[in-house]
Order: sequence, then C-alpha cells, then structure tokens
Amino acid sequence: MFQGKDITCIRGERLVFTGLDFSVGSGGALVLIGPNGSGKSSLLRMMAGLLRPASGKMEWNGENALDDFDEHASNLHYVGHHDAVKPVLSVLENVRFWAGVRGGEVSDKNILTALDAFAAKHLADIPGRFLSAGQKRRVNLARIIAAPAPLWLLDEPTTALDRASISLLDKAIKHHREGGGIVVLSTHADIDLEAATVLDISDYSLKKIERGAA
Amino acid sequence: MKQFAFLVRRDLSLAFRQGMDSLMVVAFFVIAVVLFPLGVGPEPGTLARISSGVIWVAALLSAMLSLERLFQTDYEDGSLELLALSSLPMEVTVLAKVTAHWITTGLPLIIAAPVLAVLMQMETEGFVILIVALLLGTPSLSLIGAVGAALILGSRRGGVLLSLLVLPLYIPILIFGVSAVDGAIGGYEFKAQLLILSGFFIGSLALTPWAGAAGLRQALE
Repeated sequence: MFQGKDITCIRGERLVFTGLDFSVGSGGALVLIGPNGSGKSSLLRMMAGLLRPASGKMEWNGENALDDFDEHASNLHYVGHHDAVKPVLSVLENVRFWAGVRGGEVSDKNILTALDAFAAKHLADIPGRFLSAGQKRRVNLARIIAAPAPLWLLDEPTTALDRASISLLDKAIKHHREGGGIVVLSTHADIDLEAATVLDISDYSLKKIERGAA
Repeated sequence: MKQFAFLVRRDLSLAFRQGMDSLMVVAFFVIAVVLFPLGVGPEPGTLARISSGVIWVAALLSAMLSLERLFQTDYEDGSLELLALSSLPMEVTVLAKVTAHWITTGLPLIIAAPVLAVLMQMETEGFVILIVALLLGTPSLSLIGAVGAALILGSRRGGVLLSLLVLPLYIPILIFGVSAVDGAIGGYEFKAQLLILSGFFIGSLALTPWAGAAGLRQALE
C-alpha cells in the first residue's frame, strides 16, 4: 500500500499543485495524466524521495516513507527522462552494474533474461553509444527487471518506444502487478492498463481550485 | 561493501576505456612543470630551490583539471539519480567515486613526479619524501575537490567556479607538502609535516563525504 496525503509541490516559488491525495494498493496501478508542466514528473520524483514535498506526507505500508530515504529507495525503481546508459560500457555491463548496486543477481543468465523481457537480448554486447533512443529506453527498463523492487515509478516510460516495445512494457507491468507489485506512471495515454486509477494532476492546480471555490 | 566495489570498478573501467581523462591530467602535469626550466633558465641553484614548490603547485592544478567531470557525466545522463536511489548511502557513493578518481588521476601524478623532480634538478634526498608527501596529500585533494565538484553541478561555467571554491582549501596541503620536501633536502626535521598531512587526509576522509553527499542531494532536487 502506497499512499500520499495532502501533498503540495512548489517549484521555484510557483505553486504547481496542492492538496493532492493518492492511494495505490498491492497489485494496483496509478496513471498520472495532465498537460505539460502540471507536475507529473515532480510528483513521481517526490514519490521516489528525490524531491521533498512542500507539505503533506507519504506512507509506504503504513510507515512514513519520507523518514528514511535509503529504506524507501530500496523498495522502488525509478525511470526518469534520462536512461543512464554509459556509452563505453556494453548493454550487458550497464544492466549488470545497476543490478549489482541494487544488490540484485548479477549472473549473465539473470541479466540476459531481463534484457529478453524487452527484446534486447541481441544487443547485449553492443556498447551504449551505438544504441538508438528507443533501444536505450528498453535497456533502462530491463534494469528494473534485473533487480526486483515492489514499487515502479515510471516517468513517461513509452517515450521513444515503438508499438511492439510498448506492448512488451504492458506485459512486464502486468506481470509485475500479478506478483503484487505497484506501478505509478505518467503518460500521454498511449498505454492501456487494466483497472488502473487515473489521477489528473491539473485538478489540483491553483487555478482549478480557485475556480471551484468561486 | 560489495556495492562500493561495484561502483569503484565501474568508474575505473569507464576511465580506462575513455582513457583521455587521466592521460590529460598527467600530460598537463608534465607540461606545466617542463615550462619552468624553459622559463626560469637552467641555472642549477634556482631550479633546485623552487623544484618542490613547482611540482606541488602543478600537482594541485592538474588535480583540479579532472574534478569538474567527477560527477558531471553521471549527473547529465541520469546515473546520479539512480545512484541516489540505490541501496548505497550517498556518502559511500561519494567515497567510491573519489577512490576511483584518485586511482585514475592521483596515482599517475605520483608516478610521474620523480621523473619531473630529476628535470627540476631536485636534490636526491628529497625524492622519497616527495613521493610520501604526495601519497598523503593527493587523496585529500580528491576528497576536498569532490565537495566542490558536487556543489557546482548544474551551474554553467562550473570549472572556474570550482577552482575558486577548492584552490583556497588546498593551501594548507601545499604549504606542508612543500615544507616536508624542503626539510628533507635541507636536512631538517620533516616528520611533523608528514603527520600534519596525514591529519588532513584523515580529517577530510571523515568530513568531506558528508559535505559532498549534501551537495549532490541539493543538485538532484
């Protein structure tokens, strides 16, 4: 169970959203929608603990998630705008490193299985600098399979992915949720998740709230 | 601990495959020192007298050269965010990156130093102490520099800012490093200087990872 109460986000003296509540249970999915600049990425970074909310609290299984950053971080995987693929390391080495720092299994077999989930097994020996944007994204996604964590925070994960890869991501998310995992992702509605809660962040922007009060 | 080794090993293999960074640092060190005999002239007395100072100043400047990139590439490609979210505490991440930085830049400087000392006509009594002093001093340079490197993340023209932040903090290491070598050459006591250098090393080992980690967290917000 991952939930947040009354969260406020302020970026550079501008109030992005306020009074935002969310709650996702085990096996659940939360889809964040909203126009550019509405705070989807900021909310995901807050969920990851990379950004402190101006007010409000977040709970992971009933415990304050913001208290112990390292403890919270070990429960989650975050996929941001950058893919963190090193140009001089091969795809296998890249994924193996990230699995290793997470204390995951680093055997070739495990890494290749993770790559296979995104049809990137054939790329294993290719250095990162020769990858296309979509391939990099697939390698980045393979990283989160290689070392399991219950909470996935995906910031526009479908960027640069072709249709076949998006359906692979669908499958991976489905598998993750069947195992009790939680997924929070922001998107421009090009991914279809079953029984997902949709949260429109622009509902919590100052303008909307003022208009509602008037 | 295993994760620490993982990170050090990754940074080392990144440095070896790119190769340029550490090579550039040593090349700069050599060229900077070589300029002195050309500029000052070959009179043995003058060169020998300034040799330890020149080598130390050149070592400080070349250590500075590579610091800017210590966290920069990881910051730009998103690796730093993921490292922050790994099970490794941020302080240990800083320590691991500094370790790799020292192995790829500090160590080559120490290896090149005796050759340059010959070029500067340094008295042979100073050689061993020069190496010992560099061994004790250069890790502190990397550690202190890491704080500066963390603070300049995300700012443009960071390199110049970094020098302004870090070079003043290097002054004590320069003073005691040079005076240890001069002491050995002149036949004076030099143990105290070496002890002070080790004190600086231990002090910065204990303090700078915290400061560096705070700087990195700030940069990630």
